[in-house]
Amino acid sequence: MYGIYLDYQSASPVDPRVREFADRYLTKEFGNPSALHSCGLAARAALEEARSKVAELIGAEGPETIVFTAGATEANNLAIRGLAQRNAAKGKKLLGSSIEHISVLNPMKDLKKGGFDLSLVPVDGAGVVDLAALEGMLSKETILTSVMYANSEIGTIQPIREVSNLVHGKGLFLHVDATAACGKIPVDVQKDGIDLLTLSSNDLYGPQGAGALYVKPGVRIQPVLFGGGQERGLWSGTENLFALAGFGEAARLAKLEMAEESQRLSAIRDGLIKEIQKIDESYLTGHPKRRLPGHASFRFRRIEGESILLTLDAMFNIQVSTGSACSSRTLEPSHVLLAIGLKHEEAHGSMVMTLGKYSNPDQIPVVAQAVSQTVQRLRAISAL
Amino acid sequence: MAQIGYSKKVMEHFMNPRNVGVIENPDGYGKVGNPVCGDLMEIFIKVKDDRIDDIKFRTFGCGSAIAVSSMVTEMAKGKTLDEAMKITRKDVADELEGLPPQKMHCSNLGADALHVAIKDYWVKIGKIKPEEAKAEGEEGEACGTE
Repeated sequence: MYGIYLDYQSASPVDPRVREFADRYLTKEFGNPSALHSCGLAARAALEEARSKVAELIGAEGPETIVFTAGATEANNLAIRGLAQRNAAKGKKLLGSSIEHISVLNPMKDLKKGGFDLSLVPVDGAGVVDLAALEGMLSKETILTSVMYANSEIGTIQPIREVSNLVHGKGLFLHVDATAACGKIPVDVQKDGIDLLTLSSNDLYGPQGAGALYVKPGVRIQPVLFGGGQERGLWSGTENLFALAGFGEAARLAKLEMAEESQRLSAIRDGLIKEIQKIDESYLTGHPKRRLPGHASFRFRRIEGESILLTLDAMFNIQVSTGSACSSRTLEPSHVLLAIGLKHEEAHGSMVMTLGKYSNPDQIPVVAQAVSQTVQRLRAISAL
Repeated sequence: MAQIGYSKKVMEHFMNPRNVGVIENPDGYGKVGNPVCGDLMEIFIKVKDDRIDDIKFRTFGCGSAIAVSSMVTEMAKGKTLDEAMKITRKDVADELEGLPPQKMHCSNLGADALHVAIKDYWVKIGKIKPEEAKAEGEEGEACGTE
Protein backbone atom coordinates (compact mmCIF):
# COMPACT_ATOMS: atom_id res chain seq x y z
CA MET A 1 0.00 0.00 0.00
CA TYR A 2 2.78 2.44 0.87
CA GLY A 3 5.82 3.22 -1.19
CA ILE A 4 9.09 3.64 0.66
CA TYR A 5 7.96 4.16 4.22
CA LEU A 6 10.55 6.03 6.31
CA ASP A 7 8.49 7.09 9.29
CA TYR A 8 8.78 4.04 11.53
CA GLN A 9 9.33 6.26 14.56
CA SER A 10 5.82 7.63 14.36
CA ALA A 11 4.10 4.34 13.54
CA SER A 12 5.38 0.89 12.77
CA PRO A 13 3.63 -2.06 11.19
CA VAL A 14 2.83 -4.91 13.54
CA ASP A 15 5.10 -7.89 12.97
CA PRO A 16 2.98 -10.65 11.35
CA ARG A 17 4.35 -13.12 13.91
CA VAL A 18 3.14 -10.84 16.69
CA ARG A 19 -0.26 -10.59 15.14
CA GLU A 20 -0.50 -14.31 14.73
CA PHE A 21 0.54 -14.82 18.34
CA ALA A 22 -1.86 -12.24 19.78
CA ASP A 23 -4.85 -12.78 17.52
CA ARG A 24 -6.39 -15.40 19.79
CA TYR A 25 -6.74 -12.80 22.57
CA LEU A 26 -9.10 -10.77 20.41
CA THR A 27 -11.42 -13.54 19.40
CA LYS A 28 -11.02 -16.64 21.54
CA GLU A 29 -9.09 -16.07 24.75
CA PHE A 30 -10.66 -12.74 25.52
CA GLY A 31 -11.16 -13.08 29.26
CA ASN A 32 -10.71 -10.35 31.83
CA PRO A 33 -7.44 -10.97 33.72
CA SER A 34 -9.15 -9.94 36.96
CA ALA A 35 -11.92 -12.56 36.69
CA LEU A 36 -11.61 -15.72 38.78
CA HIS A 37 -13.13 -18.18 36.33
CA SER A 38 -11.06 -20.23 33.93
CA CYS A 39 -11.28 -17.65 31.13
CA GLY A 40 -10.03 -14.98 33.49
CA LEU A 41 -7.21 -17.17 34.74
CA ALA A 42 -6.09 -17.92 31.19
CA ALA A 43 -6.10 -14.21 30.43
CA ARG A 44 -4.12 -13.54 33.60
CA ALA A 45 -1.54 -16.12 32.56
CA ALA A 46 -1.21 -14.50 29.13
CA LEU A 47 -0.84 -11.08 30.71
CA GLU A 48 1.85 -12.28 33.10
CA GLU A 49 3.71 -13.99 30.29
CA ALA A 50 3.75 -10.69 28.42
CA ARG A 51 5.02 -8.94 31.55
CA SER A 52 7.91 -11.38 31.83
CA LYS A 53 8.88 -10.90 28.20
CA VAL A 54 8.90 -7.12 28.54
CA ALA A 55 10.91 -7.34 31.77
CA GLU A 56 13.48 -9.52 30.04
CA LEU A 57 13.92 -7.11 27.15
CA ILE A 58 15.08 -4.35 29.51
CA GLY A 59 16.99 -6.53 31.99
CA ALA A 60 14.56 -5.84 34.81
CA GLU A 61 14.77 -7.58 38.20
CA GLY A 62 11.50 -9.39 37.52
CA PRO A 63 8.09 -9.14 35.90
CA GLU A 64 6.60 -7.40 38.94
CA THR A 65 8.58 -4.27 38.01
CA ILE A 66 6.49 -3.77 34.86
CA VAL A 67 3.35 -1.63 35.01
CA PHE A 68 1.36 -1.89 31.80
CA THR A 69 -0.31 1.18 30.35
CA ALA A 70 -1.92 1.93 27.01
CA GLY A 71 1.17 3.63 25.63
CA ALA A 72 4.29 5.66 26.28
CA THR A 73 2.44 8.92 26.91
CA GLU A 74 0.55 7.29 29.78
CA ALA A 75 3.71 5.69 31.16
CA ASN A 76 5.52 9.04 31.06
CA ASN A 77 2.64 10.78 32.80
CA LEU A 78 2.56 8.09 35.47
CA ALA A 79 6.32 8.36 36.00
CA ILE A 80 6.43 12.14 36.24
CA ARG A 81 3.27 12.76 38.24
CA GLY A 82 3.51 9.57 40.24
CA LEU A 83 7.06 10.21 41.45
CA ALA A 84 6.69 13.96 41.92
CA GLN A 85 3.49 13.73 43.92
CA ARG A 86 4.77 10.83 46.02
CA ASN A 87 7.89 12.81 46.98
CA ALA A 88 6.44 16.30 47.15
CA ALA A 89 7.22 16.50 50.87
CA LYS A 90 10.95 16.04 50.21
CA GLY A 91 11.28 18.75 47.61
CA LYS A 92 9.65 20.47 44.69
CA LYS A 93 12.36 20.48 42.06
CA LEU A 94 11.89 18.71 38.75
CA LEU A 95 14.66 18.39 36.18
CA GLY A 96 14.33 17.33 32.58
CA SER A 97 16.52 17.57 29.53
CA SER A 98 15.42 20.29 27.15
CA ILE A 99 14.75 17.72 24.41
CA GLU A 100 12.39 15.43 26.31
CA HIS A 101 9.25 14.26 24.56
CA ILE A 102 6.21 16.45 25.15
CA SER A 103 4.59 13.64 27.13
CA VAL A 104 7.38 14.19 29.67
CA LEU A 105 7.61 17.97 29.41
CA ASN A 106 3.90 18.70 29.49
CA PRO A 107 3.15 16.84 32.75
CA MET A 108 6.17 18.63 34.24
CA LYS A 109 4.84 21.98 33.07
CA ASP A 110 1.48 21.12 34.53
CA LEU A 111 3.10 20.25 37.86
CA LYS A 112 4.88 23.59 37.71
CA LYS A 113 1.49 25.31 37.71
CA GLY A 114 0.75 23.38 40.89
CA GLY A 115 3.80 24.76 42.69
CA PHE A 116 6.65 22.53 41.54
CA ASP A 117 9.82 24.06 40.22
CA LEU A 118 10.96 22.98 36.74
CA SER A 119 14.42 23.38 35.22
CA LEU A 120 15.57 22.13 31.85
CA VAL A 121 19.08 20.80 31.33
CA PRO A 122 20.65 22.12 28.12
CA VAL A 123 22.02 19.91 25.36
CA ASP A 124 24.88 20.60 22.97
CA GLY A 125 24.57 21.11 19.23
CA ALA A 126 24.46 17.35 18.66
CA GLY A 127 21.70 16.94 21.23
CA VAL A 128 23.83 15.38 23.99
CA VAL A 129 22.79 16.43 27.47
CA ASP A 130 25.30 18.74 29.18
CA LEU A 131 26.52 16.59 32.09
CA ALA A 132 28.32 19.44 33.86
CA ALA A 133 25.18 21.55 33.72
CA LEU A 134 23.11 18.62 34.97
CA GLU A 135 25.46 18.09 37.90
CA GLY A 136 25.25 21.75 38.81
CA MET A 137 21.46 21.71 38.67
CA LEU A 138 20.94 18.67 40.91
CA SER A 139 20.15 19.40 44.53
CA LYS A 140 18.66 17.38 47.35
CA GLU A 141 15.27 18.92 46.59
CA THR A 142 15.40 17.47 43.05
CA ILE A 143 12.82 14.74 43.48
CA LEU A 144 12.77 13.76 39.82
CA THR A 145 15.22 13.90 36.93
CA SER A 146 14.08 12.78 33.51
CA VAL A 147 16.51 12.20 30.65
CA MET A 148 15.50 10.24 27.58
CA TYR A 149 17.54 7.30 26.30
CA ALA A 150 17.46 8.46 22.70
CA ASN A 151 15.67 11.23 20.87
CA SER A 152 13.13 10.44 18.19
CA GLU A 153 13.64 13.64 16.19
CA ILE A 154 17.43 13.78 15.97
CA GLY A 155 18.35 10.20 16.88
CA THR A 156 20.93 11.18 19.50
CA ILE A 157 21.63 8.58 22.20
CA GLN A 158 22.28 10.00 25.67
CA PRO A 159 25.08 8.92 28.00
CA ILE A 160 22.53 7.40 30.37
CA ARG A 161 25.05 5.69 32.67
CA GLU A 162 26.88 8.96 33.30
CA VAL A 163 23.56 10.68 33.89
CA SER A 164 22.57 7.92 36.29
CA ASN A 165 25.85 8.16 38.18
CA LEU A 166 25.35 11.87 38.71
CA VAL A 167 21.72 11.49 39.81
CA HIS A 168 22.36 8.48 42.05
CA GLY A 169 25.50 10.10 43.40
CA LYS A 170 23.18 12.54 45.09
CA GLY A 171 20.72 9.86 46.13
CA LEU A 172 18.05 11.01 43.67
CA PHE A 173 15.64 9.29 41.25
CA LEU A 174 16.08 8.98 37.49
CA HIS A 175 13.30 8.46 34.96
CA VAL A 176 14.32 7.49 31.45
CA ASP A 177 11.98 7.67 28.48
CA ALA A 178 13.33 4.84 26.34
CA THR A 179 10.46 4.77 23.85
CA ALA A 180 12.70 5.48 20.86
CA ALA A 181 15.57 3.28 22.10
CA CYS A 182 14.02 0.03 23.28
CA GLY A 183 14.28 -2.73 20.72
CA LYS A 184 16.80 -0.69 18.73
CA ILE A 185 19.78 -0.57 21.09
CA PRO A 186 20.49 -2.58 24.24
CA VAL A 187 18.73 -1.10 27.27
CA ASP A 188 19.43 -2.64 30.67
CA VAL A 189 17.75 -0.94 33.58
CA GLN A 190 20.04 -2.55 36.16
CA LYS A 191 23.35 -1.96 34.43
CA ASP A 192 22.26 1.50 33.29
CA GLY A 193 21.05 2.44 36.77
CA ILE A 194 17.47 3.43 35.94
CA ASP A 195 14.67 3.87 38.50
CA LEU A 196 11.76 4.40 36.12
CA LEU A 197 11.75 3.59 32.44
CA THR A 198 9.13 4.13 29.74
CA LEU A 199 8.76 1.95 26.68
CA SER A 200 6.07 1.28 24.11
CA SER A 201 4.83 -1.65 22.10
CA ASN A 202 4.51 -0.19 18.62
CA ASP A 203 8.18 0.83 18.55
CA LEU A 204 8.94 -2.90 18.82
CA TYR A 205 6.48 -3.82 16.03
CA GLY A 206 3.84 -4.67 18.59
CA PRO A 207 0.26 -3.35 18.45
CA GLN A 208 -0.45 0.27 19.28
CA GLY A 209 -2.25 0.97 22.54
CA ALA A 210 0.27 -0.77 24.77
CA GLY A 211 3.16 0.61 26.78
CA ALA A 212 4.87 0.07 30.07
CA LEU A 213 6.54 1.80 32.95
CA TYR A 214 9.33 -0.08 34.65
CA VAL A 215 9.43 0.74 38.36
CA LYS A 216 12.57 -0.36 40.16
CA PRO A 217 11.89 -2.45 43.27
CA GLY A 218 11.76 -0.14 46.27
CA VAL A 219 10.96 2.99 44.26
CA ARG A 220 7.56 4.27 45.31
CA ILE A 221 5.24 6.17 43.05
CA GLN A 222 1.66 7.24 43.46
CA PRO A 223 -1.19 6.37 41.11
CA VAL A 224 -2.48 9.20 38.96
CA LEU A 225 -5.72 7.62 37.85
CA PHE A 226 -8.10 5.65 39.95
CA GLY A 227 -10.42 2.75 39.38
CA GLY A 228 -10.29 -0.99 39.86
CA GLY A 229 -6.71 -1.04 41.06
CA GLN A 230 -5.18 -3.05 38.23
CA GLU A 231 -1.42 -3.05 37.70
CA ARG A 232 -0.58 -2.97 41.41
CA GLY A 233 -2.98 -0.09 41.79
CA LEU A 234 -0.77 2.07 39.57
CA TRP A 235 -2.76 1.91 36.35
CA SER A 236 -6.43 1.10 36.78
CA GLY A 237 -8.54 -0.17 33.93
CA THR A 238 -9.14 -3.56 32.36
CA GLU A 239 -5.99 -4.57 30.55
CA ASN A 240 -5.93 -4.53 26.74
CA LEU A 241 -5.02 -8.18 26.52
CA PHE A 242 -4.56 -8.36 22.76
CA ALA A 243 -2.23 -5.36 22.65
CA LEU A 244 -0.30 -6.37 25.76
CA ALA A 245 0.15 -9.99 24.70
CA GLY A 246 1.39 -8.67 21.35
CA PHE A 247 3.66 -6.23 23.18
CA GLY A 248 5.18 -9.13 25.09
CA GLU A 249 5.76 -11.20 21.98
CA ALA A 250 7.23 -8.18 20.19
CA ALA A 251 9.61 -7.66 23.12
CA ARG A 252 10.70 -11.29 22.97
CA LEU A 253 11.39 -11.04 19.23
CA ALA A 254 13.19 -7.71 19.65
CA LYS A 255 15.52 -9.21 22.21
CA LEU A 256 16.37 -12.06 19.86
CA GLU A 257 16.77 -10.05 16.68
CA MET A 258 17.90 -6.59 17.78
CA ALA A 259 21.64 -7.01 17.35
CA GLU A 260 21.45 -8.21 13.77
CA GLU A 261 18.68 -5.82 12.76
CA SER A 262 20.50 -2.83 14.25
CA GLN A 263 23.59 -3.63 12.27
CA ARG A 264 21.56 -3.94 9.09
CA LEU A 265 19.72 -0.67 9.68
CA SER A 266 22.89 1.20 10.64
CA ALA A 267 24.41 0.34 7.27
CA ILE A 268 21.36 1.64 5.39
CA ARG A 269 21.28 4.74 7.60
CA ASP A 270 24.94 5.49 6.92
CA GLY A 271 24.37 5.11 3.20
CA LEU A 272 21.45 7.52 3.29
CA ILE A 273 23.34 10.06 5.38
CA LYS A 274 26.31 9.92 3.04
CA GLU A 275 24.19 10.41 -0.08
CA ILE A 276 21.85 13.06 1.25
CA GLN A 277 24.67 15.14 2.67
CA LYS A 278 25.95 15.55 -0.89
CA ILE A 279 23.02 17.90 -1.50
CA ASP A 280 23.97 21.60 -1.27
CA GLU A 281 23.28 23.22 2.06
CA SER A 282 22.04 20.04 3.69
CA TYR A 283 23.05 19.23 7.23
CA LEU A 284 22.72 16.21 9.48
CA THR A 285 20.85 16.98 12.70
CA GLY A 286 21.78 15.14 15.88
CA HIS A 287 24.93 13.26 16.72
CA PRO A 288 26.96 11.87 13.79
CA LYS A 289 27.94 8.69 15.68
CA ARG A 290 25.94 8.28 18.88
CA ARG A 291 22.63 7.91 17.10
CA LEU A 292 19.87 5.32 16.74
CA PRO A 293 20.58 2.64 14.14
CA GLY A 294 17.70 3.48 11.82
CA HIS A 295 17.68 7.23 12.27
CA ALA A 296 18.69 9.78 9.64
CA SER A 297 17.64 13.39 10.20
CA PHE A 298 18.55 16.47 8.24
CA ARG A 299 17.82 20.08 7.61
CA PHE A 300 17.94 21.95 4.34
CA ARG A 301 18.41 25.66 3.96
CA ARG A 302 15.87 27.87 2.13
CA ILE A 303 13.06 25.31 2.03
CA GLU A 304 10.41 24.19 4.48
CA GLY A 305 9.91 20.71 5.90
CA GLU A 306 6.22 20.21 5.29
CA SER A 307 6.76 20.97 1.60
CA ILE A 308 9.54 18.39 1.56
CA LEU A 309 7.26 15.82 3.20
CA LEU A 310 4.38 16.50 0.79
CA THR A 311 6.56 16.46 -2.31
CA LEU A 312 8.28 13.22 -1.36
CA ASP A 313 4.89 11.67 -0.69
CA ALA A 314 3.00 12.93 -3.74
CA MET A 315 5.78 12.74 -6.29
CA PHE A 316 7.89 9.79 -5.13
CA ASN A 317 5.63 7.85 -2.76
CA ILE A 318 8.20 8.18 0.03
CA GLN A 319 6.93 8.89 3.55
CA VAL A 320 9.05 10.94 5.94
CA SER A 321 8.53 13.22 8.93
CA THR A 322 9.47 16.82 9.79
CA GLY A 323 9.96 19.00 12.85
CA SER A 324 8.84 22.07 10.96
CA ALA A 325 6.35 24.32 12.68
CA CYS A 326 4.08 24.27 9.69
CA SER A 327 3.26 20.63 10.15
CA SER A 328 2.51 20.89 13.86
CA ARG A 329 -0.75 21.77 15.52
CA THR A 330 0.77 24.65 17.42
CA LEU A 331 2.73 26.16 14.52
CA GLU A 332 5.77 26.18 16.78
CA PRO A 333 8.93 24.58 15.44
CA SER A 334 10.15 21.50 17.27
CA HIS A 335 11.53 22.35 20.72
CA VAL A 336 14.22 19.73 20.08
CA LEU A 337 15.58 21.55 17.04
CA LEU A 338 15.56 24.86 18.92
CA ALA A 339 17.30 23.23 21.91
CA ILE A 340 20.20 22.07 19.73
CA GLY A 341 20.69 25.70 18.80
CA LEU A 342 18.94 25.98 15.45
CA LYS A 343 17.27 29.25 14.57
CA HIS A 344 13.57 29.12 13.76
CA GLU A 345 14.18 29.50 10.04
CA GLU A 346 16.69 26.63 10.18
CA ALA A 347 14.35 24.39 12.16
CA HIS A 348 11.64 24.87 9.52
CA GLY A 349 13.78 22.99 6.99
CA SER A 350 13.87 19.71 8.88
CA MET A 351 13.32 16.23 7.49
CA VAL A 352 13.40 13.06 9.58
CA MET A 353 13.78 9.57 8.16
CA THR A 354 13.38 6.57 10.42
CA LEU A 355 14.07 3.15 9.02
CA GLY A 356 12.66 -0.20 9.98
CA LYS A 357 11.87 -3.76 9.18
CA TYR A 358 11.05 -3.26 5.51
CA SER A 359 13.83 -0.82 4.70
CA ASN A 360 16.54 -2.17 2.44
CA PRO A 361 19.82 -0.96 0.93
CA ASP A 362 18.34 -0.79 -2.58
CA GLN A 363 16.24 2.12 -1.38
CA ILE A 364 19.27 4.32 -0.66
CA PRO A 365 19.91 5.62 -4.19
CA VAL A 366 16.17 5.92 -4.91
CA VAL A 367 15.54 7.96 -1.77
CA ALA A 368 18.65 10.10 -2.18
CA GLN A 369 17.69 10.92 -5.76
CA ALA A 370 14.13 11.77 -4.74
CA VAL A 371 15.30 14.03 -1.92
CA SER A 372 17.73 15.77 -4.22
CA GLN A 373 14.99 16.46 -6.78
CA THR A 374 12.59 17.57 -4.07
CA VAL A 375 15.09 20.04 -2.66
CA GLN A 376 15.83 21.36 -6.13
CA ARG A 377 12.14 21.78 -6.95
CA LEU A 378 11.37 23.65 -3.75
CA ARG A 379 14.43 25.86 -3.96
CA ALA A 380 13.37 26.86 -7.46
CA ILE A 381 10.08 28.10 -5.96
CA SER A 382 11.60 29.57 -2.80
CA ALA A 383 11.76 33.28 -2.10
CA LEU A 384 14.88 32.75 0.02
CA MET B 1 -6.76 14.26 12.24
CA ALA B 2 -8.83 15.30 9.27
CA GLN B 3 -7.85 18.94 9.52
CA ILE B 4 -4.18 18.13 8.79
CA GLY B 5 -5.02 16.98 5.29
CA TYR B 6 -5.18 19.24 2.25
CA SER B 7 -7.88 19.34 -0.40
CA LYS B 8 -7.17 17.91 -3.84
CA LYS B 9 -7.09 21.44 -5.19
CA VAL B 10 -4.42 22.51 -2.72
CA MET B 11 -2.28 19.51 -3.60
CA GLU B 12 -2.81 20.11 -7.29
CA HIS B 13 -1.57 23.71 -7.00
CA PHE B 14 1.24 22.68 -4.67
CA MET B 15 2.49 20.04 -7.07
CA ASN B 16 1.94 22.15 -10.22
CA PRO B 17 2.26 25.75 -9.11
CA ARG B 18 1.29 28.35 -11.70
CA ASN B 19 3.28 31.52 -12.38
CA VAL B 20 6.44 30.62 -10.48
CA GLY B 21 9.36 32.92 -11.03
CA VAL B 22 10.56 36.48 -11.14
CA ILE B 23 9.64 39.45 -13.35
CA GLU B 24 12.63 41.67 -14.06
CA ASN B 25 11.81 45.35 -13.49
CA PRO B 26 8.28 44.65 -12.22
CA ASP B 27 5.73 47.43 -12.08
CA GLY B 28 4.77 46.30 -8.61
CA TYR B 29 6.44 44.11 -5.99
CA GLY B 30 5.06 42.73 -2.76
CA LYS B 31 6.83 40.68 -0.12
CA VAL B 32 5.14 39.43 3.05
CA GLY B 33 5.75 36.85 5.74
CA ASN B 34 8.82 36.04 7.75
CA PRO B 35 11.24 33.13 7.41
CA VAL B 36 11.22 32.87 11.20
CA CYS B 37 7.54 31.96 10.96
CA GLY B 38 8.23 29.51 8.15
CA ASP B 39 6.78 31.44 5.24
CA LEU B 40 7.94 34.21 2.97
CA MET B 41 6.09 35.13 -0.20
CA GLU B 42 6.93 37.58 -2.96
CA ILE B 43 4.76 38.63 -5.87
CA PHE B 44 5.83 40.53 -8.99
CA ILE B 45 3.33 42.21 -11.30
CA LYS B 46 3.42 43.78 -14.72
CA VAL B 47 0.56 46.23 -15.37
CA LYS B 48 -0.94 47.12 -18.74
CA ASP B 49 -4.03 49.30 -19.24
CA ASP B 50 -4.72 49.13 -15.51
CA ARG B 51 -4.84 45.35 -15.65
CA ILE B 52 -2.48 42.72 -14.27
CA ASP B 53 -0.82 41.66 -17.49
CA ASP B 54 1.70 39.31 -15.93
CA ILE B 55 2.26 38.01 -12.44
CA LYS B 56 4.90 35.76 -10.86
CA PHE B 57 5.63 34.54 -7.37
CA ARG B 58 8.28 32.88 -5.28
CA THR B 59 7.49 31.34 -1.92
CA PHE B 60 9.40 29.78 0.93
CA GLY B 61 6.90 27.85 3.00
CA CYS B 62 4.65 24.93 3.58
CA GLY B 63 2.30 23.21 1.14
CA SER B 64 -0.55 25.61 1.68
CA ALA B 65 1.70 28.69 1.36
CA ILE B 66 2.86 27.50 -2.05
CA ALA B 67 -0.65 26.53 -3.17
CA VAL B 68 -2.06 29.85 -1.99
CA SER B 69 0.61 31.79 -3.89
CA SER B 70 -0.13 29.85 -7.03
CA MET B 71 -3.87 30.30 -6.67
CA VAL B 72 -3.75 34.00 -5.94
CA THR B 73 -1.60 34.67 -8.99
CA GLU B 74 -4.01 32.70 -11.14
CA MET B 75 -6.99 34.57 -9.73
CA ALA B 76 -5.36 37.97 -10.21
CA LYS B 77 -4.00 37.52 -13.71
CA GLY B 78 -5.94 39.60 -16.24
CA LYS B 79 -8.01 41.38 -13.60
CA THR B 80 -8.07 45.16 -13.25
CA LEU B 81 -6.11 46.43 -10.29
CA ASP B 82 -9.31 47.43 -8.49
CA GLU B 83 -10.75 43.97 -9.03
CA ALA B 84 -7.53 42.35 -7.83
CA MET B 85 -7.55 44.51 -4.71
CA LYS B 86 -10.94 43.01 -3.89
CA ILE B 87 -9.60 39.45 -3.81
CA THR B 88 -9.86 38.54 -0.15
CA ARG B 89 -8.08 35.97 1.95
CA LYS B 90 -11.33 34.05 2.09
CA ASP B 91 -11.72 34.07 -1.70
CA VAL B 92 -8.33 32.41 -2.05
CA ALA B 93 -9.11 29.78 0.58
CA ASP B 94 -12.52 29.11 -0.99
CA GLU B 95 -11.02 28.69 -4.46
CA LEU B 96 -8.67 26.11 -2.94
CA GLU B 97 -11.68 24.24 -1.55
CA GLY B 98 -10.74 25.21 1.95
CA LEU B 99 -7.62 25.09 4.09
CA PRO B 100 -7.10 23.37 7.44
CA PRO B 101 -7.92 25.85 10.24
CA GLN B 102 -4.32 26.20 11.40
CA LYS B 103 -3.28 27.00 7.85
CA MET B 104 -5.66 29.89 7.26
CA HIS B 105 -2.89 32.40 7.90
CA CYS B 106 -1.22 31.18 4.70
CA SER B 107 -4.17 32.34 2.68
CA ASN B 108 -3.81 35.72 4.34
CA LEU B 109 -0.27 35.94 3.07
CA GLY B 110 -1.32 35.32 -0.52
CA ALA B 111 -3.87 38.10 -0.70
CA ASP B 112 -1.58 40.38 1.32
CA ALA B 113 1.36 39.90 -1.02
CA LEU B 114 -0.84 40.66 -4.01
CA HIS B 115 -2.24 43.80 -2.41
CA VAL B 116 1.21 45.00 -1.39
CA ALA B 117 2.41 44.56 -4.98
CA ILE B 118 -0.55 46.55 -6.33
CA LYS B 119 -0.04 49.33 -3.79
CA ASP B 120 3.65 49.39 -4.65
CA TYR B 121 2.61 50.12 -8.22
CA TRP B 122 0.13 52.77 -7.13
CA VAL B 123 2.82 54.48 -5.10
CA LYS B 124 5.12 54.45 -8.14
CA ILE B 125 2.52 56.12 -10.34
CA GLY B 126 1.58 58.56 -7.58
CA LYS B 127 -1.95 57.27 -7.03
CA ILE B 128 -1.40 56.73 -3.31
CA LYS B 129 1.15 57.91 -0.76
CA PRO B 130 3.85 55.52 0.50
CA GLU B 131 2.36 55.50 4.02
CA GLU B 132 -0.92 54.18 2.59
CA ALA B 133 0.85 51.11 1.20
CA LYS B 134 1.46 49.16 4.38
CA ALA B 135 0.93 45.42 4.50
CA GLU B 136 -2.32 44.18 5.93
CA GLY B 137 -2.43 41.92 8.89
CA GLU B 138 1.02 40.58 9.45
CA GLU B 139 2.69 43.48 11.16
CA GLY B 140 3.86 42.94 14.71
CA GLU B 141 1.93 39.74 15.14
CA ALA B 142 3.15 36.40 16.37
CA CYS B 143 3.71 33.65 13.84
CA GLY B 144 0.57 31.95 12.66
CA THR B 145 -1.98 34.33 14.12
CA GLU B 146 -4.49 36.25 12.06
